[in-house]
Amino acid sequence: MTKADIVESVYQKIGLSKKESAAIVESVFEIIREQLEKGEAVKISGFGNFTTRNKRPRQGRNPKTGEEVEISARIVVTFKPSQILREKVSRPSAGST
Amino acid sequence: MTKSQLIQMVADRHNLTRQDAEAVVSTVFSNISQALEDGDRVELRGFGAFSVRPRDAREGRNPKTGTVVHIPPKKTPFFKAGKEMRRRVDGVD
Repeated sequence: MTKADIVESVYQKIGLSKKESAAIVESVFEIIREQLEKGEAVKISGFGNFTTRNKRPRQGRNPKTGEEVEISARIVVTFKPSQILREKVSRPSAGST
Repeated sequence: MTKSQLIQMVADRHNLTRQDAEAVVSTVFSNISQALEDGDRVELRGFGAFSVRPRDAREGRNPKTGTVVHIPPKKTPFFKAGKEMRRRVDGVD
């Protein structure tokens, strides 16, 4: 599944043009990115939470050459799925489309 | 930010009724959930990819009683941030 499939589904459900549907779906993801960029968590009830974490620098290894390299300190995004989503994925309902 | 704040921001940006914005946001996340439930991968360019990862069976312990319990193998949702997301959140260009 890609963004185009989501746009199609939004387009069919709501009386908006395809172009507008695409722009609004893009905004949903853009707003989430903007929040995370500011270090703000995004909590979508029933789906999961996106948060940022500060990672300290650590030693890594180039898997190709075996050479040791330092992985710099960075901020990363983590996603914690909600209990509802976890259960759906873990035990798919029979006959789901 | 909560889902309801996200809905409000979407409504404001596109001059939508709150009801329409809510329908869009709900559709987006229910589509992703359904795809994952079906075992499909969802790839959103510039945002990230959602996929389903298998988890092996393992021995767990009831933290209250200390009894060993068998935890069967299961599947769990996984998110990997996309390039643009990683770049913007890390704040280095």
